[in-house]
Amino acid sequence: MVKLLIKGGRVVDPASRRDGRFDVLIDKGLVADVQPSIPGNGAKVIDASNMIVVPGLVDLHTHLRQPGREDQETIESGCRAALAGGFTTVCAMPNTTPAMDQRGIVDLVHQEVLRLGLADVRPIGAITKGREGKELTDFGELFDAGCVALSDDGSSVADAFLMRRALEYATLFGRPLIQHAEDPALAADGVMHEGLVSTTLGLRGMPAEAESVMVARDLALAELTGGWIHFAHLSSAKSVELIRQAKRRGVRVTCEVTPHHLALTEDAVEGFKTDAKVNPPLRTEQDRLGLLEGLRDGTIDCIATDHAPHTDWEKEADFDAAPFGISGLETALAVCATTLVTPGRLSWPQLIEKLALNPAKLIGSPAGTLRPGVEADLTIIDPAATWTVDPARFVSKGRHSPFAGRTLTGAVVRVLRHGSEVEA
Amino acid sequence: MAMTTTRPASQTARWTKKDLLGLRELSAEEIRLILETAESFREISLRPIKKVPALRGKTVVNLFFEPSTRTRTSFELAAKRLSADIVNIAAQSSSLSKGETALDTVRNLEALKVDILVIRHAAAGAPHLIARRTHTPVINAGDGAHEHPTQALLDLFTIQEKKGRIAGLRVAIVGDIAHSRVARSNIWGLTKLGASVTVCGPPTLIPPQVEQLGVQVAHRLEEVLAEADVLMLLRIQHERQERHLIPSLREYRLRYGIDRERLAHAKPGVLIMHPGPVNRGVELDSAVAEGPYSVILDQVTNGLAIRMAVLYLVSGAPKADEEPA
Repeated sequence: MVKLLIKGGRVVDPASRRDGRFDVLIDKGLVADVQPSIPGNGAKVIDASNMIVVPGLVDLHTHLRQPGREDQETIESGCRAALAGGFTTVCAMPNTTPAMDQRGIVDLVHQEVLRLGLADVRPIGAITKGREGKELTDFGELFDAGCVALSDDGSSVADAFLMRRALEYATLFGRPLIQHAEDPALAADGVMHEGLVSTTLGLRGMPAEAESVMVARDLALAELTGGWIHFAHLSSAKSVELIRQAKRRGVRVTCEVTPHHLALTEDAVEGFKTDAKVNPPLRTEQDRLGLLEGLRDGTIDCIATDHAPHTDWEKEADFDAAPFGISGLETALAVCATTLVTPGRLSWPQLIEKLALNPAKLIGSPAGTLRPGVEADLTIIDPAATWTVDPARFVSKGRHSPFAGRTLTGAVVRVLRHGSEVEA
Repeated sequence: MAMTTTRPASQTARWTKKDLLGLRELSAEEIRLILETAESFREISLRPIKKVPALRGKTVVNLFFEPSTRTRTSFELAAKRLSADIVNIAAQSSSLSKGETALDTVRNLEALKVDILVIRHAAAGAPHLIARRTHTPVINAGDGAHEHPTQALLDLFTIQEKKGRIAGLRVAIVGDIAHSRVARSNIWGLTKLGASVTVCGPPTLIPPQVEQLGVQVAHRLEEVLAEADVLMLLRIQHERQERHLIPSLREYRLRYGIDRERLAHAKPGVLIMHPGPVNRGVELDSAVAEGPYSVILDQVTNGLAIRMAVLYLVSGAPKADEEPA
């Protein structure tokens, strides 16, 4: 196998505190060396001048839809979309049909991932059978099968007693439970954030408190049990503040935010745009600023896409009827670069920490770094490239994005997986 | 027919929109143009032969995904009095979310070469979705809790008729503002024409940040009763109790219902309006609904002229400067 030498790029690797011009040598699929200058010696050279070289991105929150809704996405189309977006590892959410609540379904996903050899896929099992919030799944079996966390995502675990037991029991395994924090009674049958835009459009709203009430409850339960709670896709400033305080008290809590909650507000729904219908909903500018601050001060550990592809016929319906969710993998990096790095809110190393290192640590993966010895999963970014989002050209089967038509800065130019260039 | 000779606003305003989806999108001039056009159509319904050939050869479809008798009938008669052919389609919106979509239905109608779609739907924004996907003009006959533009237009027309003006009047809209498309359309229309609007109801029925739409909020009827030139009462739905928005219809009546005793505290000459159907003995006492201040049936009559005007304007031809008959 020929050696690869990535020359002259700006290497951003927060795990080894590297941010500067380095050459990266790849041998036998592993990162062999990172030095200011490495001689070619017969290696195939990739010129990375003016580019940023980062560890392959890691997405904590991807809906691959297989098994069950292969018309929305397959493991293959989802993995290709991930690579197109610079992600070499994705965590597959368990709201498949049937739900990922037992070993057989996890094995099925693993087999397909192995057959494809595209991105690394780490399954997340369900907390309750059928994600119905009634009976716990066999946690041990799911973790043994390779699940990196458990979640009923799409729904909240509403029953406080059951959540308490789940957190308590999960301490056996040292893995997080991921909560989609939403009090179902407070969210009622809302379709967007409750505020000025819902008032204007006459759409049913969900208050920010539907999230923060559940966050407060689960923080208390994590404190009670010593269990590890991870909150998915935070949307409100109040939730961030609650988690900030809990972290100070030493509660075992981590959390993530999506690029769309960092970039957009409820205003994106104007005109009844179902491409901006997501759950949790896009909220106010004040919430957005709270999320940005949480990201900056470390309260929010990770950025995750909540890539949730749907078919055209489902999304092109009236706002009430359209499902929640957008296609996020292929725009995530550029949205973050444009929203966070360009205005100086985060540096590139801070962004890569949130998009690669922290999520990798959270799932116990050695990925997320370019330290010598690790598998060479690596993404090369052109930080100056600008492009206009055209969902019709997405690799994902999901062609719905609130960023359609927006011009973004920062583009993924090459992705290496185990040292080999992969094409989406 | 004889068009009115003096038409100050519409001398400059022309109808240029494909659809009528809401009053939010309309300018004050466009609203006045509709009211003036309605004025010129009003007397047709008073003739022995209530028909003009303005829309002869045009096909109007009443596409109602939510049951309605009053609005549907009003549009149907309006179309017939303009000599249009009209087809009524009552589709249950519940069956549409699965399989055949509203858009499929509309594509079929478009293939049948209809000229105007009048759409009512339980989902806010459904007529907007449809309007974006068809070349056929769309009139919103009520979408969820969003807008009901022709209702607000007939309300404006009625206020103008009875009070001689709209600007400077104090209008109180009382009831379930949160779930009312009539309230939203009236808020846009009344504020654009210079009225001062207060929405009144218990906190559970007032939507968040509604002040930012340019209205005032009152939680007690007493705060608006003495000052209002117009009291616009909304129908209170029985289902609101189930969602804990009001404790009971009785409690609502006791605090917000208008009966003769309450009316005695109102301004002399106050207009009592209601989009119908009235919940007698809840938001409005029978004696008041049928009393001297009530203009509820005038609203119904004026609805015809408004809907004739709207059908005529969105049909595109002939334009405002041409004689329709």
